[in-house]
Amino acid sequence: MRMKGIVKRFPGVIANDHIDFDVKTGEIHALLGENGAGKTTLMNVLYGIYRPDEGEIYVRGKRTAIKSPKDAIELGMGMVHQHFMLVYPHTVSENIALGLSSSRFFFPVQEVEKGVAELSGKYGLKVDPKAKIWQLSVGEQQRVEIIKALYRGAQVLILDEPTSVLTPSEITDLFDVLRRIAKEGCSIVFITHKLDEVMEISDRITVLRHGKVVATVEPYKTSKRELARMMVGREVLFRLKKKPVERGEVVLEVRALHALNDRGLPAIKGVSFIASEGEILGIAGVAGNGQRELVEVITGLRKATEGSISIRGHDVTNCSPQNIIDKGVAHIPEERIRVGLVPNMSVAENLILKKYRYPPFSDKLFLKIAFIGQETEKLISEYNIITPSKENPAKLLSGGNIQRLILARELSEKPCLIVAAHPTYGLDVGATEYIRSLLLKQREMGAAILLVSEDLEEIMSLSNRIAVMFEGEIMGIVSAERAEIEEIGLMMAGAKRMTAAGEGSP
Amino acid sequence: MRPRLEIERRLGTSRRIMLLASILSIALALLMIALVFWGYGVDPIYAYEKIFVGSFGSIFGLSDTIAKAIPLMLCGVGLAVAFKALVWNVGAEGQLLMGAIAATGVALYVFPNSPALVVIPSMFAAGFLSGAFWGLIPSILKAKLRANEVITTLMMNYIASNLVNYLVYGPWKGLKEWGFPYTDKFPLSAWLPLLPLGTGRIHYPTLILALTLAVLTYVLVMRTKLGYEIRVMGENPDAARYAGMSYFKTAMLVMLISGGLAGLAGVGEVAGNPSHHRLRYPQGISPGYGFIAIIVAWLGRLHPLAIIPSSLLFGGLLVGGDAIQVSLDLPFAAIGIFNGVILFFVLSAELLMRYRVTFKWRREG
Repeated sequence: MRMKGIVKRFPGVIANDHIDFDVKTGEIHALLGENGAGKTTLMNVLYGIYRPDEGEIYVRGKRTAIKSPKDAIELGMGMVHQHFMLVYPHTVSENIALGLSSSRFFFPVQEVEKGVAELSGKYGLKVDPKAKIWQLSVGEQQRVEIIKALYRGAQVLILDEPTSVLTPSEITDLFDVLRRIAKEGCSIVFITHKLDEVMEISDRITVLRHGKVVATVEPYKTSKRELARMMVGREVLFRLKKKPVERGEVVLEVRALHALNDRGLPAIKGVSFIASEGEILGIAGVAGNGQRELVEVITGLRKATEGSISIRGHDVTNCSPQNIIDKGVAHIPEERIRVGLVPNMSVAENLILKKYRYPPFSDKLFLKIAFIGQETEKLISEYNIITPSKENPAKLLSGGNIQRLILARELSEKPCLIVAAHPTYGLDVGATEYIRSLLLKQREMGAAILLVSEDLEEIMSLSNRIAVMFEGEIMGIVSAERAEIEEIGLMMAGAKRMTAAGEGSP
Repeated sequence: MRPRLEIERRLGTSRRIMLLASILSIALALLMIALVFWGYGVDPIYAYEKIFVGSFGSIFGLSDTIAKAIPLMLCGVGLAVAFKALVWNVGAEGQLLMGAIAATGVALYVFPNSPALVVIPSMFAAGFLSGAFWGLIPSILKAKLRANEVITTLMMNYIASNLVNYLVYGPWKGLKEWGFPYTDKFPLSAWLPLLPLGTGRIHYPTLILALTLAVLTYVLVMRTKLGYEIRVMGENPDAARYAGMSYFKTAMLVMLISGGLAGLAGVGEVAGNPSHHRLRYPQGISPGYGFIAIIVAWLGRLHPLAIIPSSLLFGGLLVGGDAIQVSLDLPFAAIGIFNGVILFFVLSAELLMRYRVTFKWRREG
């Protein structure tokens, strides 16, 4: 598969500027670049979602016009998107049967189920074919996407940021699977911005920056540092400086909390912890161990069945989301586009999502459009949100800029508690660094931060204390200086539990 | 060589495309209906000429068209607000009838001997409240029992309709009406003034009210806090919840506005339409304005100002329908086909707004 001179323009930007890219049979080719560098656009062109303004695509030496994902699938391409393309109320098998040209008209799911079981056994992609998508964790949903592509006989498998949701051991498993798939003659395009992974798995690396190819290199001929420079165009700080901050008063206190998940099963089982001013409490754990539910209960989006939550000494257990927002709680949601954004509305209207209620943004009845405009301009420049204008629909921003927008909205009100769920998930090095520094700055200003992340490195480098969740319980809370990655890994896997009298109590 | 359609997602939908899609959907619908005429043995061009001349071609036709557009505009604007918030109110017909009942109550029983300055504003106020109340019931049912509003608002139509029947056959049956299912005529002070234009059926207070409310609703949606909540809720209910907006509070306010506007339409019909000035059996009051308004709202793409021309178009269709019924001997149900086909094409045009469709010739092989 070869792409030559691909150009794709969007209003105001050139997302792909004369890009040449090729994949050989049985090769794992990494596509490296920051968010907004044009990786996803390029792959969407290849997959027929966008059509290129210029350029040619060759498949097995033959020039081809790929006009829709259907064409792409027929040509043996499979894509696992960054934002999963799954029908939430349907089961795993139903999702895989959907749009399958070979499926029967009646009961198409039955035959698929067998195939799914076979594939998931063969590659160790464990997933229940009868489970409904909305019941699955993000990690499990991704497995469904991979199986879906494989089921359709993909010869070129495109993975958009596949590892961002996986734990270290799951990543190792995924890499084994990918190597096995490649060995059978399938080509893999691996979109990422994680340098370690690139070095580990790829046969070749193509680096994109601002829609252009910087270089195509082989991993043994380069280094992480060089790749990072090519990607960002400057030197990157890999270690963030953490200023020492005095721990102040208790902001958040969670006591013996219980809650159910969407399936009505217990998801949080007696969780207790506190978070204080000037402190980042990291919540580590594999996806689907109750972190999502914990965040939702704290922010008022889910009911607690037992236990209590208080903020600055006020009991807020099962208060409405608005009540909790009014207490000064910011929430950076896990699913930033589905929950944190109104994609069709403008940047300005997205920035006032939570503060439109109060003066000076509005009076009793009306929004103060002029004031909102000024504030928006201010936030856009303060948080470096790259957008053609404040009236631009938010959905047209790149992933990193969407997250900047959400942080601008959440942090500009000087929150006392910030609940950040996977704040850098899927972001590039530059944006990740920026988001992390913003969180650290908020900590210095005295906010308490609850940081939920699956990225252990992130947790280790940002947090003061680390709580590890496993199957709805906290296995232990350790201070970041004394934490050892192996120990946390064991707790994440449920193999170790610290006594309640240890670091857990404040 | 064979033709091939290519479909690509649009990044945004401009106003121009929305207008084009609306015009195209009407044009296609007219083409489709032409086939129906043709199949019926009527020359389609002749039929369209009759419809057009009947509804827009003369001052008589035009005044009837405007008169019929008034209730469509009021109901349509209200429905647009509800649909924007993803609240599926299909009960405008019942809400309109409740407005008509309230107006009748005021005119005949509350203020039978008061001057117009008292009666007319009271009728409109009572009509609004009564329609709003009828809209509020389904939203309370939804809040408390999670009852789907599509079903409940629809069912409330039948209740309202039978309530009208009960009143005109029962307790409110006119003493001077020789057994017809009518109430007595309203006192003159409750008759809305009419424009001396064409057939003289335009009750202008309701028309002014409808136009003003269309503008106010536009301001409400675009400039107020409630309007902002409505738009956020309609675009992304998850984000609305995340932002602390209360679905039920907003949904109730929306139903209140939506039902209230339909109630006003009902007042206009019984007190303004010179062939009424009384409550009569439901089909006599409204030939389904509350349902046709659903199409009016969608054709106007839920934009309160675009609903003004859209309601005029459908008012014209109703008048034109009468015209062809008389001159071509077609059944009145033909208008039902009209409406259905137009709604079908209007909704299909959504595809054109969200995707760019190009038509290309492709070489075989």
